[in-house]
Amino acid sequence: MTTKEFNLNYKIVCSLISNNSRVLDLGCGDGKLLKILKNEKNVKGLGVEINQDSVLEALQKGLNIVQGDLDKGLEEFQDKSFDFAILNQTLQSTKNPEFVIYEMLRVAKKCIVSFPNFAYWKVRFYLFLKGKMPKSKVLPYEWYDTPNVHLLTISDFFEFCKKRNISIEKSVYLTKRKSRSGFLIRNIANFFSEEAIFVISKN
Amino acid sequence: MGIENYAETKFYKLNEPIALKCGKSLENIQIAYQTYGKLNDNKDNAILVLHALTGSAHAAFINKKTNKKGWWDDMIGPNKAFDTNKFFIISTNVLGGCYGTTGPTSINPKTNKPYALDFPVVTIEDMVNVQKKLIDYFGIKKLIVAGGSMGGMQALEWSISYPENVKSTILIATAARLNAQSIAFNAVARNAILTDKNFNNGNYYKKEPPASGLAIARMVGHITYLCEEAMYKKFGREFKETPSFDFGIDFQVESYLEHQGRIFVDRFDANSYLYITKALDYYDPIKTHGSLENALKNSQSNFLIISFSTDWLFTTAQSKQIVSTLIKLNKNVSFVELESKCGHDAFLLEFEKQTKIIKSFLGE
Repeated sequence: MTTKEFNLNYKIVCSLISNNSRVLDLGCGDGKLLKILKNEKNVKGLGVEINQDSVLEALQKGLNIVQGDLDKGLEEFQDKSFDFAILNQTLQSTKNPEFVIYEMLRVAKKCIVSFPNFAYWKVRFYLFLKGKMPKSKVLPYEWYDTPNVHLLTISDFFEFCKKRNISIEKSVYLTKRKSRSGFLIRNIANFFSEEAIFVISKN
Repeated sequence: MGIENYAETKFYKLNEPIALKCGKSLENIQIAYQTYGKLNDNKDNAILVLHALTGSAHAAFINKKTNKKGWWDDMIGPNKAFDTNKFFIISTNVLGGCYGTTGPTSINPKTNKPYALDFPVVTIEDMVNVQKKLIDYFGIKKLIVAGGSMGGMQALEWSISYPENVKSTILIATAARLNAQSIAFNAVARNAILTDKNFNNGNYYKKEPPASGLAIARMVGHITYLCEEAMYKKFGREFKETPSFDFGIDFQVESYLEHQGRIFVDRFDANSYLYITKALDYYDPIKTHGSLENALKNSQSNFLIISFSTDWLFTTAQSKQIVSTLIKLNKNVSFVELESKCGHDAFLLEFEKQTKIIKSFLGE
Protein backbone atom coordinates (compact mmCIF):
# COMPACT_ATOMS: atom_id res chain seq x y z
CA MET A 1 0.00 0.00 0.00
CA THR A 2 1.16 3.52 -0.62
CA THR A 3 1.72 5.96 2.20
CA LYS A 4 -1.37 7.93 1.23
CA GLU A 5 -3.64 4.92 1.48
CA PHE A 6 -2.03 3.96 4.76
CA ASN A 7 -2.72 7.41 6.06
CA LEU A 8 -6.37 7.25 5.02
CA ASN A 9 -6.86 3.91 6.73
CA TYR A 10 -5.12 5.12 9.89
CA LYS A 11 -7.01 8.41 9.80
CA ILE A 12 -10.34 6.62 9.70
CA VAL A 13 -9.46 4.08 12.37
CA CYS A 14 -8.17 6.94 14.49
CA SER A 15 -11.43 8.85 14.08
CA LEU A 16 -13.40 5.84 15.30
CA ILE A 17 -11.51 5.63 18.60
CA SER A 18 -12.47 7.78 21.59
CA ASN A 19 -9.93 9.77 23.56
CA ASN A 20 -8.23 8.15 26.55
CA SER A 21 -9.69 4.73 25.78
CA ARG A 22 -8.07 1.36 26.31
CA VAL A 23 -7.10 -0.10 22.97
CA LEU A 24 -5.93 -3.54 21.96
CA ASP A 25 -4.38 -3.67 18.48
CA LEU A 26 -4.39 -7.23 17.21
CA GLY A 27 -1.77 -7.97 14.61
CA CYS A 28 -0.31 -4.53 15.25
CA GLY A 29 2.80 -5.07 13.13
CA ASP A 30 5.50 -2.52 13.92
CA GLY A 31 3.04 -0.47 15.99
CA LYS A 32 2.57 2.50 13.60
CA LEU A 33 -1.16 2.73 14.21
CA LEU A 34 -0.83 2.31 17.98
CA LYS A 35 1.77 5.05 18.08
CA ILE A 36 -0.58 7.37 16.18
CA LEU A 37 -3.43 6.50 18.53
CA LYS A 38 -1.21 7.14 21.52
CA ASN A 39 -0.18 10.54 20.19
CA GLU A 40 -3.52 11.65 18.74
CA LYS A 41 -6.02 10.09 21.11
CA ASN A 42 -3.97 9.55 24.24
CA VAL A 43 -5.05 5.93 24.36
CA LYS A 44 -3.68 3.31 26.73
CA GLY A 45 -2.61 0.90 24.05
CA LEU A 46 -1.43 -2.66 23.88
CA GLY A 47 -0.39 -4.50 20.74
CA VAL A 48 -0.38 -8.18 19.91
CA GLU A 49 1.93 -9.32 17.15
CA ILE A 50 3.29 -12.69 16.08
CA ASN A 51 6.33 -11.55 14.08
CA GLN A 52 9.39 -11.06 16.27
CA ASP A 53 11.03 -8.36 14.15
CA SER A 54 7.82 -6.35 14.21
CA VAL A 55 7.59 -6.81 17.98
CA LEU A 56 11.08 -5.32 18.26
CA GLU A 57 10.17 -2.33 16.10
CA ALA A 58 7.09 -1.72 18.20
CA LEU A 59 9.13 -1.94 21.39
CA GLN A 60 11.51 0.64 19.97
CA LYS A 61 8.55 2.99 19.61
CA GLY A 62 8.03 2.73 23.35
CA LEU A 63 4.82 0.74 22.99
CA ASN A 64 3.49 -2.05 25.14
CA ILE A 65 3.46 -5.14 23.02
CA VAL A 66 2.78 -8.77 23.69
CA GLN A 67 4.01 -11.39 21.28
CA GLY A 68 1.27 -13.83 20.47
CA ASP A 69 -0.65 -15.77 17.86
CA LEU A 70 -4.20 -14.52 17.36
CA ASP A 71 -5.26 -17.91 16.08
CA LYS A 72 -4.50 -19.35 19.50
CA GLY A 73 -6.94 -16.99 21.15
CA LEU A 74 -6.65 -14.15 23.62
CA GLU A 75 -6.62 -16.06 26.86
CA GLU A 76 -4.39 -13.50 28.60
CA PHE A 77 -7.16 -10.95 28.29
CA GLN A 78 -10.20 -10.58 30.51
CA ASP A 79 -13.74 -10.17 29.20
CA LYS A 80 -14.55 -6.62 28.10
CA SER A 81 -11.26 -5.33 29.48
CA PHE A 82 -10.66 -3.02 26.51
CA ASP A 83 -12.78 -0.23 25.07
CA PHE A 84 -11.63 -1.09 21.57
CA ALA A 85 -9.98 -4.02 19.88
CA ILE A 86 -8.59 -3.37 16.41
CA LEU A 87 -8.05 -5.97 13.70
CA ASN A 88 -6.65 -3.82 10.93
CA GLN A 89 -6.01 -5.58 7.61
CA THR A 90 -5.41 -8.82 9.48
CA LEU A 91 -8.70 -10.74 9.42
CA GLN A 92 -8.00 -12.21 5.99
CA SER A 93 -4.70 -13.68 7.18
CA THR A 94 -5.99 -15.44 10.29
CA LYS A 95 -6.41 -19.20 10.15
CA ASN A 96 -9.67 -19.14 12.03
CA PRO A 97 -11.35 -15.77 11.47
CA GLU A 98 -14.55 -16.71 13.28
CA PHE A 99 -12.67 -17.64 16.45
CA VAL A 100 -10.54 -14.48 16.28
CA ILE A 101 -13.62 -12.28 15.91
CA TYR A 102 -15.37 -14.02 18.79
CA GLU A 103 -12.28 -13.57 20.94
CA MET A 104 -11.99 -9.87 20.18
CA LEU A 105 -15.68 -9.35 20.82
CA ARG A 106 -15.18 -11.07 24.15
CA VAL A 107 -12.28 -8.88 25.33
CA ALA A 108 -13.42 -5.51 23.96
CA LYS A 109 -16.61 -3.48 24.12
CA LYS A 110 -16.23 -2.41 20.50
CA CYS A 111 -14.19 -3.89 17.69
CA ILE A 112 -12.78 -2.30 14.59
CA VAL A 113 -12.26 -4.70 11.73
CA SER A 114 -10.84 -3.77 8.35
CA PHE A 115 -10.00 -5.87 5.32
CA PRO A 116 -9.42 -5.61 1.59
CA ASN A 117 -12.66 -6.19 -0.30
CA PHE A 118 -12.34 -9.08 -2.73
CA ALA A 119 -15.49 -7.97 -4.57
CA TYR A 120 -13.95 -4.63 -5.58
CA TRP A 121 -14.67 -4.16 -9.28
CA LYS A 122 -11.03 -4.16 -10.28
CA VAL A 123 -10.49 -7.45 -8.46
CA ARG A 124 -13.55 -8.90 -10.16
CA PHE A 125 -12.38 -7.80 -13.59
CA TYR A 126 -8.87 -9.08 -12.95
CA LEU A 127 -10.26 -12.54 -12.31
CA PHE A 128 -12.87 -12.24 -15.08
CA LEU A 129 -10.52 -11.02 -17.78
CA LYS A 130 -7.23 -12.64 -16.84
CA GLY A 131 -8.61 -15.77 -15.23
CA LYS A 132 -5.91 -15.55 -12.60
CA MET A 133 -5.89 -14.87 -8.87
CA PRO A 134 -6.18 -11.09 -8.56
CA LYS A 135 -3.18 -9.00 -7.61
CA SER A 136 -3.15 -5.32 -6.76
CA LYS A 137 -1.44 -2.87 -4.44
CA VAL A 138 -3.77 -4.03 -1.67
CA LEU A 139 -3.40 -7.68 -2.67
CA PRO A 140 0.24 -7.87 -3.73
CA TYR A 141 0.89 -11.58 -3.15
CA GLU A 142 1.12 -14.60 -5.42
CA TRP A 143 -1.52 -17.24 -4.74
CA TYR A 144 1.13 -19.69 -3.54
CA ASP A 145 2.86 -17.26 -1.25
CA THR A 146 0.24 -15.18 0.50
CA PRO A 147 -0.66 -14.65 4.14
CA ASN A 148 -4.22 -13.96 2.96
CA VAL A 149 -5.80 -17.35 3.48
CA HIS A 150 -9.34 -16.09 4.12
CA LEU A 151 -10.10 -13.36 1.61
CA LEU A 152 -13.62 -12.04 1.83
CA THR A 153 -16.00 -9.41 0.54
CA ILE A 154 -18.10 -6.72 2.18
CA SER A 155 -21.24 -8.77 1.54
CA ASP A 156 -19.62 -11.82 3.09
CA PHE A 157 -18.86 -9.85 6.22
CA PHE A 158 -22.44 -8.54 6.52
CA GLU A 159 -23.77 -12.07 6.18
CA PHE A 160 -21.21 -13.38 8.67
CA CYS A 161 -22.24 -10.81 11.29
CA LYS A 162 -25.96 -11.24 10.71
CA LYS A 163 -25.83 -15.00 11.23
CA ARG A 164 -24.04 -14.50 14.54
CA ASN A 165 -26.06 -11.59 15.88
CA ILE A 166 -23.02 -9.34 15.74
CA SER A 167 -24.13 -5.76 15.35
CA ILE A 168 -22.42 -3.54 12.82
CA GLU A 169 -22.40 -0.09 14.36
CA LYS A 170 -20.54 1.72 11.63
CA SER A 171 -19.16 0.94 8.21
CA VAL A 172 -16.67 2.97 6.24
CA TYR A 173 -15.82 2.14 2.64
CA LEU A 174 -12.58 3.15 1.03
CA THR A 175 -11.45 3.61 -2.50
CA LYS A 176 -8.03 4.91 -3.40
CA ARG A 177 -8.23 8.29 -1.76
CA LYS A 178 -11.81 8.58 -0.59
CA SER A 179 -13.85 7.19 2.21
CA ARG A 180 -17.63 7.00 2.54
CA SER A 181 -19.62 6.18 5.61
CA GLY A 182 -22.31 3.56 5.60
CA PHE A 183 -25.10 5.29 3.65
CA LEU A 184 -24.35 3.45 0.42
CA ILE A 185 -26.41 0.55 -0.75
CA ARG A 186 -24.44 -2.47 0.30
CA ASN A 187 -24.10 -4.03 -3.16
CA ILE A 188 -22.78 -0.79 -4.55
CA ALA A 189 -20.30 -0.49 -1.72
CA ASN A 190 -19.29 -4.06 -2.33
CA PHE A 191 -18.59 -3.25 -5.98
CA PHE A 192 -16.81 0.08 -5.61
CA SER A 193 -14.81 -0.25 -2.39
CA GLU A 194 -11.27 -1.46 -2.27
CA GLU A 195 -11.31 -1.76 1.49
CA ALA A 196 -13.85 -1.65 4.30
CA ILE A 197 -13.67 -0.70 7.96
CA PHE A 198 -16.38 -1.82 10.37
CA VAL A 199 -17.17 -1.10 13.98
CA ILE A 200 -18.83 -4.15 15.46
CA SER A 201 -20.03 -5.21 18.88
CA LYS A 202 -21.84 -8.05 20.61
CA ASN A 203 -23.35 -8.16 24.05
CA MET B 1 37.07 -2.76 24.13
CA GLY B 2 40.30 -0.82 24.34
CA ILE B 3 41.09 -1.19 27.99
CA GLU B 4 39.91 -4.30 29.81
CA ASN B 5 37.37 -3.64 32.50
CA TYR B 6 38.12 -5.53 35.67
CA ALA B 7 35.54 -6.67 38.16
CA GLU B 8 35.96 -5.90 41.81
CA THR B 9 33.91 -7.43 44.61
CA LYS B 10 33.09 -5.07 47.46
CA PHE B 11 31.35 -5.75 50.73
CA TYR B 12 28.65 -3.88 52.59
CA LYS B 13 27.89 -4.74 56.20
CA LEU B 14 24.40 -4.19 57.57
CA ASN B 15 24.24 -2.44 60.93
CA GLU B 16 20.92 -3.94 61.94
CA PRO B 17 19.64 -7.47 62.04
CA ILE B 18 17.14 -8.48 59.36
CA ALA B 19 13.85 -10.11 60.31
CA LEU B 20 13.46 -13.18 58.12
CA LYS B 21 10.27 -14.68 56.76
CA CYS B 22 10.84 -17.84 58.78
CA GLY B 23 10.43 -15.81 61.97
CA LYS B 24 14.10 -15.72 62.96
CA SER B 25 16.36 -12.73 62.65
CA LEU B 26 19.85 -12.63 61.26
CA GLU B 27 22.65 -10.36 62.46
CA ASN B 28 25.96 -9.22 60.99
CA ILE B 29 24.83 -9.62 57.42
CA GLN B 30 27.42 -8.86 54.79
CA ILE B 31 26.55 -8.31 51.15
CA ALA B 32 29.07 -9.03 48.41
CA TYR B 33 28.48 -6.79 45.42
CA GLN B 34 30.01 -5.44 42.26
CA THR B 35 29.15 -2.34 40.28
CA TYR B 36 29.75 -1.38 36.66
CA GLY B 37 29.35 2.09 35.20
CA LYS B 38 28.72 5.26 37.14
CA LEU B 39 25.84 6.36 39.32
CA ASN B 40 24.67 9.75 38.05
CA ASP B 41 24.03 12.78 40.25
CA ASN B 42 20.27 12.24 40.29
CA LYS B 43 20.90 8.63 41.27
CA ASP B 44 18.27 7.51 38.80
CA ASN B 45 20.29 5.38 36.37
CA ALA B 46 20.73 2.25 38.48
CA ILE B 47 19.97 -1.26 37.35
CA LEU B 48 20.10 -4.08 39.85
CA VAL B 49 20.85 -7.37 38.11
CA LEU B 50 19.94 -10.50 40.00
CA HIS B 51 21.61 -13.84 39.63
CA ALA B 52 20.20 -17.32 39.26
CA LEU B 53 20.65 -20.36 41.51
CA THR B 54 24.44 -20.67 41.55
CA GLY B 55 25.54 -17.22 40.42
CA SER B 56 27.65 -14.65 42.20
CA ALA B 57 28.05 -10.89 42.35
CA HIS B 58 30.51 -11.23 39.48
CA ALA B 59 28.04 -10.53 36.68
CA ALA B 60 30.31 -8.67 34.29
CA PHE B 61 33.85 -7.69 33.41
CA ILE B 62 36.91 -9.80 34.07
CA ASN B 63 38.09 -11.21 37.36
CA LYS B 64 41.75 -10.22 37.51
CA LYS B 65 42.82 -13.31 39.42
CA THR B 66 40.98 -16.02 37.52
CA ASN B 67 40.78 -14.13 34.20
CA LYS B 68 37.15 -15.24 33.99
CA LYS B 69 34.25 -13.19 32.67
CA GLY B 70 31.12 -12.55 34.73
CA TRP B 71 28.03 -14.72 34.26
CA TRP B 72 26.22 -12.02 32.27
CA ASP B 73 29.23 -10.36 30.67
CA ASP B 74 27.61 -10.72 27.24
CA MET B 75 24.79 -8.50 28.46
CA ILE B 76 26.53 -5.96 30.70
CA GLY B 77 29.18 -3.53 29.47
CA PRO B 78 29.73 -0.54 27.19
CA ASN B 79 27.01 -0.51 24.49
CA LYS B 80 25.68 -3.88 25.60
CA ALA B 81 22.07 -4.64 26.62
CA PHE B 82 22.77 -3.10 30.01
CA ASP B 83 24.95 -0.28 28.79
CA THR B 84 27.54 0.76 31.36
CA ASN B 85 28.03 4.05 29.49
CA LYS B 86 24.49 4.98 30.50
CA PHE B 87 23.60 2.90 33.50
CA PHE B 88 25.03 2.10 36.90
CA ILE B 89 24.74 -1.65 37.23
CA ILE B 90 24.73 -3.29 40.63
CA SER B 91 25.06 -7.01 41.14
CA THR B 92 24.95 -8.74 44.51
CA ASN B 93 25.41 -12.28 45.74
CA VAL B 94 22.17 -13.56 47.31
CA LEU B 95 21.61 -14.13 51.00
CA GLY B 96 22.41 -17.79 51.69
CA GLY B 97 24.94 -17.85 48.87
CA CYS B 98 28.57 -18.85 49.07
CA TYR B 99 30.24 -16.03 47.16
CA GLY B 100 30.74 -13.48 49.89
CA THR B 101 27.25 -12.66 51.07
CA THR B 102 26.31 -14.14 54.44
CA GLY B 103 25.26 -17.77 54.11
CA PRO B 104 25.77 -21.19 55.68
CA THR B 105 29.54 -21.00 55.05
CA SER B 106 29.81 -17.74 57.04
CA ILE B 107 31.03 -17.72 60.61
CA ASN B 108 28.24 -17.79 63.18
CA PRO B 109 29.28 -15.12 65.72
CA LYS B 110 27.70 -17.18 68.50
CA THR B 111 29.83 -20.26 67.90
CA ASN B 112 32.77 -18.89 65.90
CA LYS B 113 32.19 -21.75 63.47
CA PRO B 114 30.48 -21.81 60.12
CA TYR B 115 26.70 -21.70 60.44
CA ALA B 116 26.21 -24.84 58.36
CA LEU B 117 22.63 -25.97 59.01
CA ASP B 118 22.23 -23.53 61.91
CA PHE B 119 21.80 -20.91 59.23
CA PRO B 120 18.12 -19.92 59.13
CA VAL B 121 16.08 -20.90 56.08
CA VAL B 122 15.99 -17.86 53.85
CA THR B 123 13.47 -16.90 51.17
CA ILE B 124 13.45 -14.85 47.98
CA GLU B 125 11.75 -12.10 49.99
CA ASP B 126 14.65 -12.11 52.49
CA MET B 127 17.20 -11.91 49.66
CA VAL B 128 15.37 -8.87 48.28
CA ASN B 129 15.08 -7.18 51.69
CA VAL B 130 18.84 -7.48 52.11
CA GLN B 131 19.47 -6.08 48.61
CA LYS B 132 17.22 -3.15 49.50
CA LYS B 133 19.62 -2.17 52.27
CA LEU B 134 22.44 -1.90 49.77
CA ILE B 135 20.27 0.18 47.43
CA ASP B 136 19.42 2.48 50.36
CA TYR B 137 23.12 2.76 51.15
CA PHE B 138 23.69 4.09 47.63
CA GLY B 139 20.83 6.54 48.15
CA ILE B 140 18.95 5.18 45.15
CA LYS B 141 15.21 5.82 45.26
CA LYS B 142 14.14 4.50 41.84
CA LEU B 143 15.77 1.67 39.98
CA ILE B 144 15.42 -0.91 37.28
CA VAL B 145 15.58 -4.57 38.30
CA ALA B 146 16.46 -7.41 35.96
CA GLY B 147 17.10 -11.10 36.27
CA GLY B 148 16.71 -14.52 34.75
CA SER B 149 15.42 -17.70 36.37
CA MET B 150 15.72 -17.27 40.15
CA GLY B 151 17.02 -13.77 39.39
CA GLY B 152 13.69 -13.10 37.71
CA MET B 153 11.88 -14.19 40.85
CA GLN B 154 13.91 -11.69 42.85
CA ALA B 155 13.13 -8.98 40.29
CA LEU B 156 9.44 -9.84 40.52
CA GLU B 157 9.63 -9.73 44.30
CA TRP B 158 11.29 -6.32 44.13
CA SER B 159 8.28 -4.94 42.26
CA ILE B 160 5.97 -6.59 44.82
CA SER B 161 7.84 -5.64 48.01
CA TYR B 162 9.05 -2.21 46.91
CA PRO B 163 6.47 -1.01 44.38
CA GLU B 164 7.38 2.65 44.80
CA ASN B 165 11.08 2.04 44.13
CA VAL B 166 10.98 -0.02 40.96
CA LYS B 167 10.46 1.85 37.70
CA SER B 168 11.14 -1.03 35.34
CA THR B 169 11.24 -4.78 35.82
CA ILE B 170 12.83 -7.19 33.38
CA LEU B 171 11.84 -10.81 33.95
CA ILE B 172 13.64 -13.42 31.88
CA ALA B 173 12.94 -17.16 31.76
CA THR B 174 11.19 -17.00 35.08
CA ALA B 175 7.91 -17.68 36.85
CA ALA B 176 5.91 -16.41 39.80
CA ARG B 177 6.48 -19.80 41.41
CA LEU B 178 7.97 -23.16 40.54
CA ASN B 179 5.69 -25.90 39.32
CA ALA B 180 5.61 -29.29 41.03
CA GLN B 181 7.96 -30.76 38.43
CA SER B 182 10.68 -28.21 39.20
CA ILE B 183 10.26 -28.69 42.95
CA ALA B 184 10.63 -32.42 42.35
CA PHE B 185 13.98 -31.94 40.63
CA ASN B 186 15.17 -29.75 43.50
CA ALA B 187 14.05 -32.43 45.94
CA VAL B 188 16.17 -35.03 44.12
CA ALA B 189 19.13 -32.64 44.19
CA ARG B 190 18.79 -32.01 47.91
CA ASN B 191 18.40 -35.70 48.61
CA ALA B 192 21.63 -36.42 46.79
CA ILE B 193 23.42 -33.98 49.12
CA LEU B 194 21.61 -34.98 52.31
CA THR B 195 22.38 -38.68 51.81
CA ASP B 196 26.03 -38.24 50.85
CA LYS B 197 28.19 -40.14 53.35
CA ASN B 198 30.30 -37.03 53.92
CA PHE B 199 27.38 -34.69 54.54
CA ASN B 200 27.57 -35.10 58.33
CA ASN B 201 24.46 -33.00 58.94
CA GLY B 202 26.06 -30.07 57.16
CA ASN B 203 29.20 -30.05 59.33
CA TYR B 204 31.72 -30.94 56.70
CA TYR B 205 33.80 -27.77 56.72
CA LYS B 206 37.51 -28.55 57.14
CA LYS B 207 36.63 -32.16 56.27
CA GLU B 208 35.74 -34.03 53.09
CA PRO B 209 32.76 -32.23 51.56
CA PRO B 210 29.73 -34.16 50.22
CA ALA B 211 31.18 -33.90 46.76
CA SER B 212 29.39 -36.77 45.08
CA GLY B 213 26.01 -35.60 46.42
CA LEU B 214 26.62 -32.06 45.24
CA ALA B 215 27.84 -33.30 41.87
CA ILE B 216 24.67 -35.37 41.41
CA ALA B 217 22.61 -32.33 42.41
CA ARG B 218 24.36 -30.35 39.70
CA MET B 219 23.85 -33.12 37.15
CA VAL B 220 20.13 -33.07 37.84
CA GLY B 221 20.21 -29.31 37.48
CA HIS B 222 21.95 -29.47 34.13
CA ILE B 223 19.34 -31.85 32.76
CA THR B 224 16.69 -29.27 33.56
CA TYR B 225 18.67 -26.41 32.00
CA LEU B 226 18.82 -28.14 28.64
CA CYS B 227 16.04 -29.56 26.51
CA GLU B 228 15.74 -32.67 24.40
CA GLU B 229 16.63 -30.71 21.28
CA ALA B 230 19.70 -29.14 22.86
CA MET B 231 20.86 -32.50 24.19
CA TYR B 232 20.37 -34.10 20.80
CA LYS B 233 22.33 -31.32 19.14
CA LYS B 234 25.11 -31.39 21.71
CA PHE B 235 25.48 -35.13 22.27
CA GLY B 236 22.98 -37.20 20.34
CA ARG B 237 23.57 -40.83 21.31
CA GLU B 238 27.29 -40.47 20.68
CA PHE B 239 29.70 -42.61 22.63
CA LYS B 240 32.86 -41.17 24.11
CA GLU B 241 34.76 -44.06 22.55
CA THR B 242 33.32 -47.53 22.16
CA PRO B 243 30.82 -49.23 24.49
CA SER B 244 32.71 -50.35 27.58
CA PHE B 245 30.24 -53.06 28.65
CA ASP B 246 30.63 -51.92 32.21
CA PHE B 247 29.10 -49.05 34.19
CA GLY B 248 31.68 -46.42 33.44
CA ILE B 249 31.01 -43.31 31.42
CA ASP B 250 30.00 -44.42 27.95
CA PHE B 251 27.88 -41.72 26.39
CA GLN B 252 28.88 -38.15 25.61
CA VAL B 253 25.90 -36.90 27.59
CA GLU B 254 27.11 -38.87 30.63
CA SER B 255 30.55 -37.40 30.22
CA TYR B 256 29.10 -33.89 30.03
CA LEU B 257 27.05 -34.32 33.19
CA GLU B 258 29.97 -35.89 35.02
CA HIS B 259 32.19 -32.98 34.01
CA GLN B 260 29.61 -30.38 35.06
CA GLY B 261 29.17 -32.13 38.40
CA ARG B 262 32.90 -32.37 39.02
CA ILE B 263 33.77 -28.75 38.28
CA PHE B 264 30.78 -27.52 40.28
CA VAL B 265 32.02 -29.14 43.48
CA ASP B 266 35.10 -26.92 43.38
CA ARG B 267 33.09 -23.76 43.14
CA PHE B 268 29.95 -24.25 45.20
CA ASP B 269 28.94 -25.13 48.72
CA ALA B 270 26.53 -28.00 49.33
CA ASN B 271 24.74 -26.30 52.21
CA SER B 272 24.24 -23.18 50.10
CA TYR B 273 22.72 -25.40 47.42
CA LEU B 274 20.23 -26.73 49.96
CA TYR B 275 19.28 -23.26 51.17
CA ILE B 276 18.95 -21.63 47.80
CA THR B 277 16.93 -24.42 46.20
CA LYS B 278 14.65 -24.28 49.24
CA ALA B 279 14.19 -20.54 48.72
CA LEU B 280 13.26 -21.25 45.10
CA ASP B 281 10.75 -23.91 46.12
CA TYR B 282 9.14 -21.77 48.79
CA TYR B 283 8.70 -18.68 46.66
CA ASP B 284 5.03 -18.23 45.97
CA PRO B 285 3.67 -14.66 45.93
CA ILE B 286 0.34 -16.07 44.79
CA LYS B 287 -0.04 -17.89 48.09
CA THR B 288 1.60 -15.11 50.14
CA HIS B 289 -0.69 -12.39 48.79
CA GLY B 290 -3.79 -14.41 47.97
CA SER B 291 -3.33 -13.84 44.25
CA LEU B 292 -0.71 -12.54 41.88
CA GLU B 293 -3.06 -9.67 41.12
CA ASN B 294 -3.10 -8.69 44.76
CA ALA B 295 0.68 -9.04 44.96
CA LEU B 296 1.30 -6.73 42.03
CA LYS B 297 -1.55 -4.26 42.37
CA ASN B 298 0.57 -1.46 43.86
CA SER B 299 3.44 -1.82 41.42
CA GLN B 300 4.41 1.33 39.56
CA SER B 301 6.80 -0.50 37.28
CA ASN B 302 6.88 -1.10 33.55
CA PHE B 303 7.46 -4.74 32.79
CA LEU B 304 9.37 -6.58 30.11
CA ILE B 305 8.93 -10.32 30.18
CA ILE B 306 10.95 -12.70 28.02
CA SER B 307 10.51 -16.46 27.77
CA PHE B 308 12.20 -19.07 25.59
CA SER B 309 10.36 -21.53 23.39
CA THR B 310 12.17 -24.67 24.55
CA ASP B 311 12.42 -23.79 28.25
CA TRP B 312 10.44 -26.41 30.13
CA LEU B 313 11.77 -25.48 33.58
CA PHE B 314 10.33 -21.97 33.48
CA THR B 315 7.76 -22.21 30.73
CA THR B 316 6.23 -19.61 28.44
CA ALA B 317 2.87 -20.42 30.03
CA GLN B 318 4.28 -19.39 33.42
CA SER B 319 5.57 -16.12 31.96
CA LYS B 320 2.19 -15.53 30.38
CA GLN B 321 0.54 -15.92 33.75
CA ILE B 322 2.47 -12.86 34.93
CA VAL B 323 1.75 -11.03 31.66
CA SER B 324 -1.93 -11.76 31.94
CA THR B 325 -2.08 -10.51 35.53
CA LEU B 326 -0.29 -7.29 34.61
CA ILE B 327 -2.63 -6.70 31.67
CA LYS B 328 -5.58 -7.25 33.99
CA LEU B 329 -4.11 -4.68 36.37
CA ASN B 330 -3.67 -2.24 33.49
CA LYS B 331 0.11 -2.05 34.00
CA ASN B 332 2.57 -1.38 31.22
CA VAL B 333 3.80 -4.75 30.05
CA SER B 334 5.55 -6.16 27.02
CA PHE B 335 6.15 -9.82 26.40
CA VAL B 336 8.35 -11.69 23.94
CA GLU B 337 8.78 -15.42 23.53
CA LEU B 338 12.15 -15.99 21.88
CA GLU B 339 12.71 -18.98 19.64
CA SER B 340 15.63 -20.93 20.99
CA LYS B 341 16.99 -24.45 20.95
CA CYS B 342 18.84 -24.04 24.22
CA GLY B 343 16.15 -24.78 26.81
CA HIS B 344 16.33 -22.84 30.08
CA ASP B 345 20.03 -22.10 29.50
CA ALA B 346 18.95 -19.76 26.71
CA PHE B 347 18.81 -16.77 29.04
CA LEU B 348 22.58 -17.03 29.47
CA LEU B 349 23.29 -17.87 25.83
CA GLU B 350 20.88 -16.07 23.50
CA PHE B 351 22.26 -12.66 24.28
CA GLU B 352 21.96 -11.11 20.81
CA LYS B 353 18.19 -11.40 20.71
CA GLN B 354 17.83 -10.38 24.33
CA THR B 355 20.09 -7.39 23.78
CA LYS B 356 17.87 -6.02 21.00
CA ILE B 357 14.75 -6.44 23.09
CA ILE B 358 16.19 -5.02 26.28
CA LYS B 359 17.74 -2.04 24.51
CA SER B 360 14.40 -1.30 22.85
CA PHE B 361 12.62 -1.60 26.18
CA LEU B 362 15.11 0.63 27.98
CA GLY B 363 14.55 3.22 25.26
CA GLU B 364 17.66 3.25 23.16
